[in-house]
Amino acid sequence: MSLKSSYDAIVVGAGHNGLTAAAYLARAGLQVLVVEKNDWIGGAAVSRSLHEGWTYSNCSYVCSLLRREIARDLDLPKYGLQVIPYEGGATFTQDGDYFAYYSEKNALKREMARHCPRDADAYQAYNQAIMRQCRFIRPFLLRDAPDPTSMRPRDLGEMAYLVKKAHGLGKKELGETLRFWTMSIGDFLDEYFENDLIKAHLAGPGIIGTGLGVYSPGTAYVLLHHYMGDIDGGIGAWGFARGGMGAISNAIGACFEDHGGTIHKGAGVEEILTKNGQVVGVALEDGKEFYAPIVASNMDVKRTFLEHVDRYALPLDFTKAVERFKIRGSSAKLNLSLDRLPEFPAAPEHASFIRGDMHTSESLWELERAYDDWKNGTWSEKPYIDMLIPSQIDPTMAPPGSHMMTVFVQYAPYDLAVDGTRAGRNWDDAHRKAMADTVLDQIAIACPDIRDRVLHMEVRSPLELENEVGLTEGNIFQGELTFDQLFFNRPLPGYSQYDTPIKGLYMCGSSAHPGGGVMGAPGANAARAIIRREAKHTRMKGYAA
Amino acid sequence: MSLFVDPKLGLIDGPVQPRLEAQSRAKSWYDWAGYAAPAVLDTVEFEYFALRNQASLFDVSPMHKYRIRGPQAQAMLNRMMTRDITKIGTNRVGYTLWCDEEGMVIDDGTLFRFADDDWRLCCQEQMLTWLLDAAWGFDVEITDESKEVAGFALQGPSTFAVLESAGWDVSALRPFDMAEVAPGILISRTGFTGDLGYEIWMPWDDALAVWDKIWAAGDLWGLRAIGYEAVDYARLEAGFLTAGVDFQPARGTERLHRGLTPYELGFGRLVHLDKGHFNGRRALLKAKDAPRSVVMKVDVEGFKPAKGALIYHRKKREVGHITSGLWSPTAKRNIALAHVQMPWAGKRPSDLWAEIYTLEEGKWDTRMARLTPIQGAFFAPPRARATPPARI
Repeated sequence: MSLKSSYDAIVVGAGHNGLTAAAYLARAGLQVLVVEKNDWIGGAAVSRSLHEGWTYSNCSYVCSLLRREIARDLDLPKYGLQVIPYEGGATFTQDGDYFAYYSEKNALKREMARHCPRDADAYQAYNQAIMRQCRFIRPFLLRDAPDPTSMRPRDLGEMAYLVKKAHGLGKKELGETLRFWTMSIGDFLDEYFENDLIKAHLAGPGIIGTGLGVYSPGTAYVLLHHYMGDIDGGIGAWGFARGGMGAISNAIGACFEDHGGTIHKGAGVEEILTKNGQVVGVALEDGKEFYAPIVASNMDVKRTFLEHVDRYALPLDFTKAVERFKIRGSSAKLNLSLDRLPEFPAAPEHASFIRGDMHTSESLWELERAYDDWKNGTWSEKPYIDMLIPSQIDPTMAPPGSHMMTVFVQYAPYDLAVDGTRAGRNWDDAHRKAMADTVLDQIAIACPDIRDRVLHMEVRSPLELENEVGLTEGNIFQGELTFDQLFFNRPLPGYSQYDTPIKGLYMCGSSAHPGGGVMGAPGANAARAIIRREAKHTRMKGYAA
Repeated sequence: MSLFVDPKLGLIDGPVQPRLEAQSRAKSWYDWAGYAAPAVLDTVEFEYFALRNQASLFDVSPMHKYRIRGPQAQAMLNRMMTRDITKIGTNRVGYTLWCDEEGMVIDDGTLFRFADDDWRLCCQEQMLTWLLDAAWGFDVEITDESKEVAGFALQGPSTFAVLESAGWDVSALRPFDMAEVAPGILISRTGFTGDLGYEIWMPWDDALAVWDKIWAAGDLWGLRAIGYEAVDYARLEAGFLTAGVDFQPARGTERLHRGLTPYELGFGRLVHLDKGHFNGRRALLKAKDAPRSVVMKVDVEGFKPAKGALIYHRKKREVGHITSGLWSPTAKRNIALAHVQMPWAGKRPSDLWAEIYTLEEGKWDTRMARLTPIQGAFFAPPRARATPPARI
C-alpha cells in the first residue's frame, strides 16, 4: 500500500500491543499507520529463524495472558493464530530426583505426597487462595484503572466498580487481598508449605522478569500476574502459539492490514512531533515525516518521553517521574537448536512433564541467593531457569526429531559490573558466553547431555533486548510490576488512562495498565480511551469495548 | 459363579481394544454400537489439541459399513440418495443423505465409489433393512461389512507426514479421493473434523497390525490416540451435524414428527430434484420452499457454552433450541448449532437470544446471550484443502 503523508492516527512500534491498538482503531474506521524500527513486526512477541530449519520464539516464549476477548474481537484464528496449551512441568534436583507438576489434579496430589504428604493437602488451600485472587483481578484487565484523585463521572464510576468488587470480598477476604498484593511470594508460600523443593517450584512465576527476590514484598503479585491468564477459560494455563510467539503479532498485524491499516517497517521514530502542547506526527530516522492528530506510543514510557519527545514540551515534574520509573533489566534468554531430544535421566519414560516448563532451583534460599548476585551486578551463579521444548508439541518449530529449546534466565543485570564499573555496554561476547556456560550448567542438572545436543545457540542479555526490541534496560514488562507502578499508578500517578501531558499523545504499551506479558490489554484499553476522547464520530466494537 | 456376570451382557471389544486399553488413563468408555469406545483416553483438552496441531488417531470401526455391488448398484443408490451420486467419480467419496417418503432424513453418511458396480456406504445408523428394501427390483447385492471392515480416522495437520513415514504415498489424494495403498488397505482423504485428515480402512483382523504401523510412523509427528469427546469438539468447529444429536434419524424415534428435511438441516445443495425420481423427492418438492425451521451456525455472546439452551425472539417468544454448543478452542468463539423456527429464522437475526443455564460451584444461574449467525464453517483452515498437503 502506498504511503500517505497524513493519517487519523499513528502508532509507534509494531509490538503486539501497538498492533492491537492499531487494529481496534482501524476497525473503528480510522486511517492508521504503524511505524516500526525493525524490518519485522512483533516487538518481543516475535518468531525468528536464526538457524535454518528452526524457529525461535526468541523473546517471549509462552502464551496465557492474551485476552480471549481480544482474540475474538480481532478474529485472530482467521488470521492464522492457533494457541496450544502445554501440560505440567517439573523441577529437577542435583541428586537425580525431581518434583513434577501435573495439570491432572490426582497425579499432582500423588506427586506432592511423594515429597511431603502435608503439602499435598495444603495445596488445595493454596490453590483456592490464588484462584480467588485471579477471579478478583481478571475483570480489571480490560477496564480503565480509575484515578482516585479525579471527580470525573467516569473515574467515579470505575472507582465505584472497584469498591463494589472489593466490598463483595467481605472483610476477611479483602484483608487477605490487600496483604497478598503487598507481600512476598516466599512469605506466602511459607504459610502453606513445608517442602523446599515444592516451594521453589511454585515460587518461580513470582520473580520472572522482576528485579526482586522471592522474599521481596510485591513478588506475590508478580506470581498472580503469571496466573491470571487463561487458555480457553482454564485459568492459570499456559501454552504455545503455533509457529512461535510471532504468530500472535502476525495475526494481529494481518487483521490490522485487513481493516485498511498500513505498517511501515525498517525505520524507527526519531522524534514524536508536537506543536503548542498537541501532537502533530512523527519524524522517522530515515527522514520521512508523517502527520496525525493522534499518536500512540507502544514504546515504554522512558523511551517515549526521554528519547523521542522534546523535553521542553513536557512538564518538569512529569519528566522527573518518568526518570524515576523503575524498569530494571533482570532476565536473559538462551534459544537453542538441538539435534534431538536431550536425555532426562531422572524422568520416567514417557513422562508428560518434559513437555512443560522445567526448572532446576531447589529452594527459596537458592533463589534468594540468585537475586543477591543480581544486586551485585552479575548474573546469578545458580540462576533460576524456565526452560521448555515447544517443538515436542508444536511441529513447526524444528525439523522432525530435532528440537528447539527456550531457556529463560533469572537473574541477569542490565548494568553488568566489570572491573568496578556497571554498564550495559559491558555485555560483550565473552561475558555473554560466560553467562551461557553458567546456564548450560544449570540445564545439565536436568539433561546432562545438553552440550552435545546443541547445534546453534542464541544468547540474549538484557542489552540485546534493549537494542533489538527497544525495551529500556531489557525489562520484559516495560516497567516493574510493583504496587507503586500498578493499576492507577501505572505508569505514573495521574496518567494511568493512556493519556500524557501532550494532547493527542497516548501510551499503548505494557508500561500502561495492566502491565506486561503478551496480553494485548494495554493496546485494547488505549484504543478504547483514544476512540472515546478523540474519535467521537465512531465507537469501539467488541468485547474489549 | 456370581449371578451377576452374564458374559452376554455389556460392551464388547473393538478391533484395537488392547491398544486403547493400554492408552486409557481416564478409563472412560462409552457405548458406540455396542462396542466399548473411548470417550477420553487421557484428557480431552490434550487429545483435541493433538488433533488440531499434530496428529490424532481415532478408531471408527463401530461405524456401519455396507457393500453395494451389482450391475444396477449405481441406479439403486441414485434412487435412494437425495444427491446425484452419478457425479461421484470412481475412487472418490461423496457425502450424502437419504430420506423416507415424507422427505425426512433417515441418516447421512459417506459413499465410496470403487467402480460403477461396486460401492460402499459408511454411516452411523444400522441400515441393512432400508438398503434391502431400497434394492427391491434392482440387480444388486447388499452385504453388511460392519464387522469385516475396520476403520481409523487419522486427523490433524501432520497426518500426511505420518502416512508418508508409514511408507504410504498419499500426496496425490485430493479431498474426497481414495486409493488402495497396499493390498487390502484403503485410504480416503475424508474425516469428521474439517482439518487435514485421512481415514484408513482395512480388514477387521488386520486392524491391530495397521494400528501399530501407523503408531510407529507417528512417533516423530506427535501422534496421539484420542477419544470421541475431542472429535466432537472438532466436528462442531467444522460445522458438521451429529445424527441423534443435531437431528433425529427419521426411523429411530418413537415420537412422531421428530424428523427434519435436508432443507431444514441446511443441506439443500445435496438434494438434486432434477436428477429423476428418488426416495422422498415428491415430499421434498413441496418442502423445498416451506422449511418449518432451519439449523443456523451461530456465535453465542459471552463465554458460556449454550448446549441445550432455548432460543427466544426478542427475549420473549420461544422459537427454537440449541443442540450443540461449545467454546471453540481454535476459532476462539462460543459456537453453537441453533434450530430456529420459521419465520423467525428469516427475520432480523440480532433479535435471537439463547437462554443459557449455568452451574457454578453449586449455584444455578441463567443468562440471555445474543446469537450472531455465521456463514460457513466455524473453522476451515486452508491446510485441509491443500494438495499435496503440508507435513506440519
